[in-house]
Amino acid sequence: MDIHEYQAKEVLSNFGVAVPQGALAYSPEQAAYRAREMGGDRWVVKAQVHAGGRGKAGGVKVCDSDAEIQAATEGMFGQKLVTHQTGPEGKGIYRVYVEAAVPIDREIYLGFVLDRTSQRVMIVASAEGGMEIEDISAERPDSIVRATVEPAVGLQEFQCREIAFDLGIEPGMVQQMVRTLQGCYRAFTELDATMVEINPLVITGDNRILALDAKMTFDDNALFRHPQISELRDKSQEDPRESRAADRGLSYVGLDGNIGCIVNGAGLAMATMDTIKLAGGEPANFLDIGGGATPERVAKAFRLVMSDKNVQAVLVNIFAGINRCDWVAEGVVQALREVQVDVPVIVRLAGTNVQEGQKILAQSGLPLIRATTLNEAAERAVAAWRSDVNQNPNLRAV
Amino acid sequence: MSIFLDRDTKVIVQGITGKMARFHTKDMIEYGTNVVGGVVPGKGGETVEGVPVFNTVKDAVAETGAEATLVFVPPPFAADSIMEAADAGIRYCVCITDGIPAQDMIRVKRYMYRYPKERRMVLTGPNCAGTISPGKALLGIMPGHIYLPGNVGIIGRSGTLGYEAAAQLKERGIGVSTSVGIGGDPINGSSFRDILQHFEDDDDTHLICMIGEIGGPQEAEAADYIRDHISKPVVAYVAGLTAPKGRTMGHAGAIISAFGESASEKVEILTAAGVTVAENPAVIGETIANVMQ
Repeated sequence: MDIHEYQAKEVLSNFGVAVPQGALAYSPEQAAYRAREMGGDRWVVKAQVHAGGRGKAGGVKVCDSDAEIQAATEGMFGQKLVTHQTGPEGKGIYRVYVEAAVPIDREIYLGFVLDRTSQRVMIVASAEGGMEIEDISAERPDSIVRATVEPAVGLQEFQCREIAFDLGIEPGMVQQMVRTLQGCYRAFTELDATMVEINPLVITGDNRILALDAKMTFDDNALFRHPQISELRDKSQEDPRESRAADRGLSYVGLDGNIGCIVNGAGLAMATMDTIKLAGGEPANFLDIGGGATPERVAKAFRLVMSDKNVQAVLVNIFAGINRCDWVAEGVVQALREVQVDVPVIVRLAGTNVQEGQKILAQSGLPLIRATTLNEAAERAVAAWRSDVNQNPNLRAV
Repeated sequence: MSIFLDRDTKVIVQGITGKMARFHTKDMIEYGTNVVGGVVPGKGGETVEGVPVFNTVKDAVAETGAEATLVFVPPPFAADSIMEAADAGIRYCVCITDGIPAQDMIRVKRYMYRYPKERRMVLTGPNCAGTISPGKALLGIMPGHIYLPGNVGIIGRSGTLGYEAAAQLKERGIGVSTSVGIGGDPINGSSFRDILQHFEDDDDTHLICMIGEIGGPQEAEAADYIRDHISKPVVAYVAGLTAPKGRTMGHAGAIISAFGESASEKVEILTAAGVTVAENPAVIGETIANVMQ
């Protein structure tokens, strides 16, 4: 789960990480008021969306008066911010963070991630802050400092000092850097984060180390023990279809194609998408309905897939392991009687009791296209989609 | 021979009194698995599917000589149960539980290193379908009847995609020595590389089939290991050719974030290491049949 910059800053400052003075606003008037309240003569207003690259996309503006703040934020609220991380549809701006501008001497990149090779928490830092880490690793890989943390004892001070000296931090400020690193690490482990990124971490003209931006991602599997973090969820930043699926225990990712997929198991779902692509089609979604394919889940899956207007054929691929094909077939038939599906439906069942399952599909009287192998299913789905498009020329525009 | 699990391997089920655990315990016993007991704190003395329940894994090991365990414990408590098994002297642990916090798994892995290698428990999973030595024993939730006994060793991250491969093999009359699910989580007990050597050392395994997917460094690490240490032929398939970068695809571990983590990069790395890669999931069985000839 992602949270907003202002929330991440609040979380991190509770762990001793210094951040600039700032306040949240829900309207342009409030933003201007917040700046007056804060004092000073220069502020930065930042659109709060769950995506990086806000600066380049116009979501961050430096202002010298409350009139400027009012004008800048009027152009933000209610708009969609499109950055390289949001996709073309962008993310809605409903909150703006107003922050006191600080004089910047140096910018540092600082990230904490779960490293899958060492299976530990890894710190990644670079003196080239302000750039995306992907660009740093492409252009200045030698500037990257890495350290992994031994989980039994946690992050040690000597490791923090090593990182600080490697980054060229002045000796008089090393202790501030140690405090920053240890604060991030404690926040990471105590709150079950999977990522903490401060980019940039700045050294100010008056020798302070401040987190100018902050991003945190949390482990969904651990939210049960952090109710205060769960409360920070902002559904306005999620794809509505994906969050609706997640609330129903389904795992859905929308894509750009037009063949909808309903599959049990994540690996098989990806494999089904690959087969569609190799057969000349484009999958409209990833959808894992979980190991058990009950009629309710199948019906929910059909509703979800059909809510994507680009879908022109649906491929159901269920490998019945523990449950049986006849039961899954009943589920498909029942779902199709409940849910209005006006595009071709291709069903491939495999596993336990496959003959009985096929019989139920055949006797249902529904216009289903049946397939026995994965290849056959993908080929039939692509063929059905093509002929559907040919019969309904209006669909071609999509 | 087979790896990890044989006809005689004494098995316990942790969390045996849960509804799903009962169902699968029955299924495993019917398959022929030597299930000798279960563990649920506070339910010692009860009986489930004809086997005794113990309060602790230590009690179960002392009373039954259990060597392997299946962890069916809910996510908040699963890490603790795995560590309990490791401490009690269990040799092989399969964890089915889906949704264990990643940092709990970091703790589990660190904890297991306190034991010297010769008595360190092997953990596969979490979030996997389990391990089966066809015709002998089943430690997991897979449908036993789709596997024929034979000489292909399977290692896979995904459950149902592993079933797909086994079914394609059965259709061609090709059997499996052992199939090991390593699970779809970012931090898991064993990687492809960890399991490969066991199959290399197993006389009954003539070919190794690796079923990978996008995300993580495990396939690339396995490729290095295969090139240097594995003499048996290896066939692989990597799911997720169509997956976009930066999106998690179902499995928490299935997200492309670095070089070597996309399906096409993994295919390239594996091919360079001498692995035969099935280009699509529908031809996994066929590819294995061709390599075996």
